Amino acid sequence: MAMFVKPIIGLIIALVFCSNVSTALYEDQVGVVDWYQQYIGKVKHAIFHAQKAGRRRVVVATEENVIASLDLRRGELFWRHVLGENDSVDQIDIALGKYVITLSSGSILRTWNLPDGQMVWESFLQVSASSMSLFYVPASIEVGTDQQIFVSAGGCLHAVSSIDGEVIWKREFTDSLEIQKLFQTPDGDITAIGFSSSSQIDIYQLSAKNGDILVHKSASFPGGFSREASFVSGDVFVTLDATRSILVLVNLNGGEIRFHQTHISDLAEGYSGTAAILPQKFTGMFALELDSLIMLMKVESGRDLEIIEKIPHPASISDSLLLANGQQAFAMVKHEETKVHLTVKLDTDLKSNILKESINLDSQRGSVQKVFLNNYVKTDKSHGFRALVVMEDHSLLLVQQGEIVWSREDGLASIIASTTSELPVEKGVSVAKVEHSIFEWIKGHLLKVKGTLMLANAEDLAAIQRMRLKSFEKTKMTRDHNGFRKLLVVLTRAGKVLALHTGDGRIVWSLLLSPLHSSDSCQHLIPVDIYQWQVPHHHAMDENPSVLVISRCGLHSDAPGVILIVDSYSGKVVSSSKLSHSVLQVMPLPLTDSTEQRLHIIIDDNKKAHLYPRTPESINIFRPELPNTYWYSVEAVKGAIKGYSFRGNCIDTDEDDYCFDTRELWSIIFPSDSEKITGATTRKHNEVVHTQAKTIGNQDVMYKYISKNMLFVATVSPRAAGNIGSATPEEAYLVVYLIDAVTGRIIHRVTHLGAQGPIHAVVSENWVVYHYFNLRAHKYEMSVVEVNDQSRQDNKSIWKLLLGKHNLTSPVSAFSQPEVTVKSQSYFFTHSVKTMAVTSTAKGITSKQLLIGTIGDQVLALDKRYLDPRRTPDPSPSEREEGIIPLTDSLPIIPQSYVTHSLQVEGLRGIATMPAKLESTSLVFAYGVDLFFTRVAPSRTYDSLTEDFSYALLLITIVVLVASIFVTWALSEKKELEEKWR
Amino acid sequence: MDKGKGLARRWAVELADSTGSSTSSSAVVPDPLGFTRSVHEQDDASSSRQKKDAEALWKAQKAWEVAQAPFKNLLMMGFMMWMAGSTVHLFSIGITFSALWQPVSALQNVGKALQGLKSGDFSPKLLFIALNLVGLGLGFYKLNTLGLLPTHVSDWVSSLPPPPEVEFSGGNLPFH
Repeated sequence: MAMFVKPIIGLIIALVFCSNVSTALYEDQVGVVDWYQQYIGKVKHAIFHAQKAGRRRVVVATEENVIASLDLRRGELFWRHVLGENDSVDQIDIALGKYVITLSSGSILRTWNLPDGQMVWESFLQVSASSMSLFYVPASIEVGTDQQIFVSAGGCLHAVSSIDGEVIWKREFTDSLEIQKLFQTPDGDITAIGFSSSSQIDIYQLSAKNGDILVHKSASFPGGFSREASFVSGDVFVTLDATRSILVLVNLNGGEIRFHQTHISDLAEGYSGTAAILPQKFTGMFALELDSLIMLMKVESGRDLEIIEKIPHPASISDSLLLANGQQAFAMVKHEETKVHLTVKLDTDLKSNILKESINLDSQRGSVQKVFLNNYVKTDKSHGFRALVVMEDHSLLLVQQGEIVWSREDGLASIIASTTSELPVEKGVSVAKVEHSIFEWIKGHLLKVKGTLMLANAEDLAAIQRMRLKSFEKTKMTRDHNGFRKLLVVLTRAGKVLALHTGDGRIVWSLLLSPLHSSDSCQHLIPVDIYQWQVPHHHAMDENPSVLVISRCGLHSDAPGVILIVDSYSGKVVSSSKLSHSVLQVMPLPLTDSTEQRLHIIIDDNKKAHLYPRTPESINIFRPELPNTYWYSVEAVKGAIKGYSFRGNCIDTDEDDYCFDTRELWSIIFPSDSEKITGATTRKHNEVVHTQAKTIGNQDVMYKYISKNMLFVATVSPRAAGNIGSATPEEAYLVVYLIDAVTGRIIHRVTHLGAQGPIHAVVSENWVVYHYFNLRAHKYEMSVVEVNDQSRQDNKSIWKLLLGKHNLTSPVSAFSQPEVTVKSQSYFFTHSVKTMAVTSTAKGITSKQLLIGTIGDQVLALDKRYLDPRRTPDPSPSEREEGIIPLTDSLPIIPQSYVTHSLQVEGLRGIATMPAKLESTSLVFAYGVDLFFTRVAPSRTYDSLTEDFSYALLLITIVVLVASIFVTWALSEKKELEEKWR
Repeated sequence: MDKGKGLARRWAVELADSTGSSTSSSAVVPDPLGFTRSVHEQDDASSSRQKKDAEALWKAQKAWEVAQAPFKNLLMMGFMMWMAGSTVHLFSIGITFSALWQPVSALQNVGKALQGLKSGDFSPKLLFIALNLVGLGLGFYKLNTLGLLPTHVSDWVSSLPPPPEVEFSGGNLPFH
């Protein structure tokens, strides 16, 4: 009998596992709990498609290395390509009205088909040195004929066939020539003008057929050049001298090079700062940028300068646009308080404006950074203009006739940090609303019942689907019972804080940082990070939650910091201050004050600690904890990890109670010739662990070593620090350390020979999972390390536990140096990884899933059970019962377990997980150029009914049953009575 | 059991009735041939004593029977438990709980079960209780094999939260 029972048990277990694994979605479930937003990033180049018929579009290249074609009417994406991380776009152009040509990372030329975005060809140019690169497409290019595209890259000039991207000829210039301008003279020759050294101008005339140098002229200028130039016409250009205080007009007319110098202080009275030439392309004009204004200047007869207009900052000027009648138009954007003025001028009449519009802009968009002008012909044959405007927060607007036609919040393509915040608690709801929602509820459920009973027609089915996708419940601005509705507070590279609703991803509020700190004389405000500042729950419920935004007032790490506390319900600034010290690290302490504000320590570059909030209460809370608080820093450049303790108040500063001196306690120095730090990770500070014990198959207990102070550090051999393939297996090794961050004790150290980075690691509970490349096997590998506490293992007596005579819950100190045992295992993994995270739940009971951001920009959920060092090739029955999967050499990739299903989060950079109130569920926010949000349930939603559970059907069944009970009862009574009378 | 009692009484009544009627109607109806009344009366007295003895014997027998009844139950339960296997599912839990519930309810009604079969002898009662306790034990054993009894360290430790840490160390890679 037992022999018969066991296989059945095995089968049941197998079935349970299979059902656990298949967490895939059905097609109609897409978009019910998840949302997906596509962005492109800050636009740096834009080319309008001048086609008369068809859909009007604009092709843009962005700072996130995206090339996209946008619909000019709505701002939607027609197509989009995200180039690699290091493949930044240098130039973009449209040829023949249907091909987009891009030059990226200085040497890769690609042609794309404009209507559908398919790549036509791609050409890698061999360059030795990277330098400024540009290309020139002759205007006379025709369809079908083999024309040439001239590309200047890395000191060479290439002629590339427009049909297949073959390099026809290549001309290397002797000295490091940096070509500024390429053009074709009317007789077919190519002229290249550039700087070959700091003070020399070279002009080459080359044959377009074979690249032979026909004419070479050069001239040197004693003052040197700043290496930026603006071409006023084919033979006149302006540049600046090396000190950026003298404007140099270079006239190439008549075969010789002539210089005309003008001091900038002559143009702008008493100006002593430096100037820059804006890269905008005009004919006969150029724009000079000074500290506080932009000067638009005209060049008369090749040498005389005339100031057309002085535009105060912030302002922006577009490239000139050639109109059908040969005139040139350009746009200027000026700011005046909350309004933005857009003016368009013609080069024939510079004194007056052809168009002047003022637009009311959201103040949270900041100032205009770039403007691109486009024209259209109105019905009365006059010219109409529209402008594509790039704002300070990286958003993109299309302005036409004084209105914003559409806007794109493209700052969200560059999120650098994120956190979450709760929504307000629901207060008194009006009766009308309740009635409405009940009515809606009944209607919805009736529809669902119809669907369940297969009575629904196509229209009803569509209505059901619409209801599921746009449920009112999902997008409410209040807290829900399950904790699914939250605010995602994100910080973008542009220095904007945005709150997104987790229900549908809409922007609830946004806040641009730079205007807030303009009074603090902050030239470059660099946003750094965002933290939860106040999370009221038990007491202080009437306080609003708030977030802490840390930024830096300057480009260098020693620049003073700026902190900002923002109310996360409304996006209002609670307090803002410029710090007297820099911000190197921010440490949220496990302490809160009476209003549930979390105490934070900010470490500055002098290794001094500053306590925030600066209240006497926080000092009183922190002071008793001071002896038990430590901090560490991982100095990747120096190859050292150092641990510090806090001493007393700072000595040298005058009477600052909130400043603490620190003292170095320990340090781990890696010899620079043998090891190089490539990664460090710790547990998330807010992770909750439910239990300290793990029960194994035979009812035995393993005690986990759960320490928040466990630090994972990975080092590689210096030779293997580069890309994969740069080192041989013999010289590559990877060393992994688990370090106790309080004492500096190395808990565990393991060396992987023949392995190298990039390393991605996740630390959670008592385990670490890391991903690296195995050079010997030519495969990626993932390893798991689990740490167990051996010193607790002798708690074996039940009676002691029953009577509470054990030390399992008494506080532990890192200085007691618990004895640990470590188990680890490695597996092959097919994908390379961009980022890795782990699910987190409210109580830490639910099993974990690893969320792996794959190279294909998808998020793969992998059960932690697959990464269990206790896996064996042939588990014993009790181990099988426990859920241990037989060991395989590689980790399975189950297509259904992609949480992003068919979508791609382009340019994936990070995955943030946060717990919902429902224990089984974890919220997942993946961000890169795109945003994706969903929720995952690693052990399925065991604590709630599914979303599509038909309550109405249940209710109807109950009602029918009760009714039938009564009916049959009455019938039987009647029958009995009749029987008795008989 | 009730039936048995009733039967015994009815017999007695009928006999008494016949003798009573014979004394009253002896003058009218002569005794049939070969009938000697004295013998009958003698017989009556001895038979009633005999009946009493038989009843006691029967009662004792019955009591033993009742007391031994759980044994069969026990065997049956044991077989069922073995069939149910040692994994936790609906079937095994149902069987285990019925195995626990039956002895408990039987013990609760121990007085009622042996009522009317009362005699000076306590041994049937003891046997009954003992067998039911064995049944209960079997139930608990099953519960234990299913792993539903908190007899392991793991059952007590799993609910304990991780110990708090005295020290706190923060930090990470510095911002750059």
